[in-house]
Amino acid sequence: MTTLSQPASNGALATAWARVWRSRRLVERNIMVYRHQWIIILSGVFEPIFYLVGIGLGLGAIISEVPLANGQVVPYAAFVAPALVATAAMNGAVFETIFNVFFKLNYAKTYDGVLATPMGITEIALGELLWALMRATLYAVAMFVIMFFMGLILSPLGVLMIPAALLVAAAFAAAGLAGTSFLRTVNDFDVPMGLIVMPMFLFSGTFFPIEVLPSWLVSVIQLTPLYHGISLIRGLSTGIVGFEQLLSLFYLVAFFAICLWIAMRQIERRLIK
Amino acid sequence: MTTLAASGHVWQRNWLVYKRLWYRSLAFGFLQPVLFLTAMGIGIGALLSTDDLTAFGGVPYIDWLGPGLLSAMAMQTATFESTYPIMNKIMWGRNYEAMLSTPLGVRSIVIGELAWMAFRIGSLAAIFLMVLTAFGITRSPLAILAVPVAMLIGTSFAACLVAFTATQKNDVGFSAIFRFVVNPLFLFSGTFFPLTQLPDALQAIAWATPLFHGVQLVRGLVLSDLNLAAAPLHLAYLLVMLGVGVVLADRNLRRRMAG
Amino acid sequence: MSSQPSLVHARGLTKRYANGFTAVDGVDFDVRPGKAFGFLGPNGAGKTSTMRMIACSSPVTEGTLSVIGMDPRTQAREIKAKLGVVPQIDNLDTELSVRENLEMYARYFDIPREVASKRTDELLEFVQLDERAKDRVEPLSGGMKRRLTIARALINDPDLVILDEPTTGLDPQARHLLWERLYQLKRRGATLIITTHYMDEAEQLCDHLVVMDKAKIVAEGSPRQLIDDHATREVLELRFTDATRAALNGKLDGLADRIEELPDRHLLYTDNGEHTLEQVNQRQIPIESALVRRASMEDVFLRLTGRSLVE
Repeated sequence: MTTLSQPASNGALATAWARVWRSRRLVERNIMVYRHQWIIILSGVFEPIFYLVGIGLGLGAIISEVPLANGQVVPYAAFVAPALVATAAMNGAVFETIFNVFFKLNYAKTYDGVLATPMGITEIALGELLWALMRATLYAVAMFVIMFFMGLILSPLGVLMIPAALLVAAAFAAAGLAGTSFLRTVNDFDVPMGLIVMPMFLFSGTFFPIEVLPSWLVSVIQLTPLYHGISLIRGLSTGIVGFEQLLSLFYLVAFFAICLWIAMRQIERRLIK
Repeated sequence: MTTLAASGHVWQRNWLVYKRLWYRSLAFGFLQPVLFLTAMGIGIGALLSTDDLTAFGGVPYIDWLGPGLLSAMAMQTATFESTYPIMNKIMWGRNYEAMLSTPLGVRSIVIGELAWMAFRIGSLAAIFLMVLTAFGITRSPLAILAVPVAMLIGTSFAACLVAFTATQKNDVGFSAIFRFVVNPLFLFSGTFFPLTQLPDALQAIAWATPLFHGVQLVRGLVLSDLNLAAAPLHLAYLLVMLGVGVVLADRNLRRRMAG
Repeated sequence: MSSQPSLVHARGLTKRYANGFTAVDGVDFDVRPGKAFGFLGPNGAGKTSTMRMIACSSPVTEGTLSVIGMDPRTQAREIKAKLGVVPQIDNLDTELSVRENLEMYARYFDIPREVASKRTDELLEFVQLDERAKDRVEPLSGGMKRRLTIARALINDPDLVILDEPTTGLDPQARHLLWERLYQLKRRGATLIITTHYMDEAEQLCDHLVVMDKAKIVAEGSPRQLIDDHATREVLELRFTDATRAALNGKLDGLADRIEELPDRHLLYTDNGEHTLEQVNQRQIPIESALVRRASMEDVFLRLTGRSLVE
C-alpha cells in the first residue's frame, strides 16, 4: 500500500463503519415498537418447543431411533431438536424481514421518513438485519437451553450451535429482505411462504433423513439454504462434523453475502426514485 | 328470512373479492396436502417399522396422517380467515360500518361471514380429499362426508374466533392465538401421533379440545373405521361449539359496532 | 441582494425519471437565508420533484445544486443532518406514539436522549399536541398529523425547513393554525421552502416566489411584485345568465386593461373595480352577480399560463 492511498482507504473504512454503527438506531426503533407488543416476540419462543414435544417426543416414542449418514444411530428427539434450532432461526428471521419490512416499505412508508434523516439505505438494511438477527437469536438460545436440559445435545461441539444459528438467521434475514422488496401486495406472501419456506421446512431433513427420498429430489434439497443450516447445526449437536459441515458453512456465508447485496440494491431501487 | 337473504349479500361481497384470486387459493390448497403427505408421510413412514404401525391401528403412517391433516387444515384456514380479514372489516377498512348503514344487520354479517368460510373450507377440503384419494388413502365413498365435517370444524373455530376478534383493539392478540391455541392443537390433537403416546393427564386435556373430535370423525370417515358409539359425541361437541360461537360472535360484534 | 450567500443554489437543475418523463427542466433559483421561499404551481408542475432533490431523497439528473453549501450527490447525510422535511404525504411512524415519533426521530440524528426528550416537550407544546403525547398516530386528525410532521421536521433544529404542500387537504381552521405556527418559525429566523397550489398561502407566507408550470419556472419575484407585474390592482368578476353570455359579443370591450373569459365568469382587470362596474351598468348589460376584489396570485398564474391553478 502506498502512503497516498492509506488515508483514503482509512476514510472509506471510517465512513463504512459509521454507517454500520448508525444502523443500531433502527434496532432502537424496533425495540420501541415491540415494547408494547413483546408477546409477539415471546410467543415465537414456544413454536419450536411445541414441535419438539409434539413431533420429537410424540413420534419419538414410536420411532425411537434414527440412523445418521455415517451409520451412527441417535434418538429421534435428538435428531429433530437441532433441526428445530435451525428452523427457529429461519422463522424468526424470515417473519421479521418478510412481513414486517413489507409493511414498513409499502404501507406505513416508515423508511421514507427515516431517509429524510442522516440514515441511509445501508443503515436501514443493516438495521433490519440486525434486529431480525436478535429475534432469531432469542429463539435459537431458548431452544439450546431446552435441548441442554433434555439431554439432547450429544457433543461438546454443541456450544457452537448458537453462532451457527446466528449465521443461519443472518442468511435468511438477508434473503427475506431481498425477497420482500419484490412483493407488491399482501396476497403475494403466498409465494415465499407457501412455495419456499414451507416446502423447505418439510423437506430439508427437519423430521427425517432425506436419503429416503428419490435421489433427484435429494439433489434439489441439497441446493437449499435450510438443508445446509440443518446439516451444520445437527453436525455440531451430534458431534459428527466433517467436510459436509464445512461445505455448509461456506454455502451459508456465500448465500448471506449474495442475498445482502441483492437486498441493498433492491431496497435502494424501491426507495430512491 | 330477511336475515338469511341479507347474509347472502355478505357472502356475495366476499365472493366478488375472492373471484380475482380463486385459482391461487385453490392451487395452494392442492399444493399443501401434496407437500405434507409426501414429506411427512413418506419421510416419517420410512422410519416406522411394521411393529411401530400397530400404534396407528395398523395402517400405513401416511394413511393415518392424511385425514388428520385435512381436519387441521380446516382449523387453520378458519383461524386465518376470522382474524386479520375480520379485523380489517371492523377497523382498518371499516367495511362493516358501511354495511350497517344499509338495511343489513349484525346477525346477517355474522351468518354471511360464517357461510363464506364454510364455502371456502368446503372447497379446500374437497381438493384435499381428492389428493388423499390420489394417494390411495380413502377407503370408501362415504369419505365424501369428510367435506361437511371439515366445514363444521372450520365454522366452529371461525365463530369462536370472530367473537374473539370483535373484542380486539389491535392485531397483537392474534399471534398469541396462533402460537398458543392453533399450533398446540395442530400438534397435539392426534394429528401426527396417537394420543395414547401422551401421559394420561395430557390425554384428558386433548379429549376436551375441539380439533381432536374433528380429527376422529374425519379419520373414521376417510379410513372407513368410524367408531359409531363415539361419533355422535364428537359431532355434538362441534355443534355445541358452533352454537356457542355464533351467539358470542353476534353479541361481541354487536357491542363492538355500537361502541 | 446577492451579497448574502444562498442556502440553496440551483442552476440548470433537471430531473428526469427512469421512464423518460422530465419533471424539472433546467431551472435556476437561489434561496436566501432567513427568508420564506415559495414554489407555486399546479399539480405536476415539478414542485415536488424539485423539493425531493433539495431534500437529497431523489438524485439530481443534470445541472448544479448546492444545499447549505454542500453537494447532495456526495454529502447527502451531512445535508440531511441540517434539514427539516415535511413531505407532501405524512409518513409518520404509525407503530409509535406521538411522543415516540419525535423522540425516535431525534435518535436518527444522533441527538442525545436527554436533549431529545427536552426538545420533544418544547415541540409538542409548539404544535399544540402536548395533550395527545401518549396517543397513537392513526386516530389523530389530518391537521394534527400535519402539525406532528412539522414538529418532527424541527427536532434537529434545522438550518432549512422544506414543506411540501403543508396545508393541502386541511380544513380552514387547521390551515390558519398551521400558518400561524409557520409564521412564528419564520420570525425566529428559520429559512423555509414551501410548495403550494394555494394563492392565499403563497401570499401569506412567502417573501419570494417562483411560479412553476410544466417543469419550468415561468416567473419569479415577491408576491406583491408578481401581482404588480402580471395583474392590475383590482379585479371585477362578472357572472351572466347563459342567454346574456351568448349575446355579449364585444359589449365589454374597452372596459378593462384585460378581460379573461372563464367557463363560469368573466374577469375584468382594472385599477378601480367599482368604477368599471358602473361602466358595465351604463352599457345596460344585465348582470347576474358582480364582485370586486384585489388581484391575487391566481390572476398572476392565469396571466402567465392561460390556465387557472386549481382545476
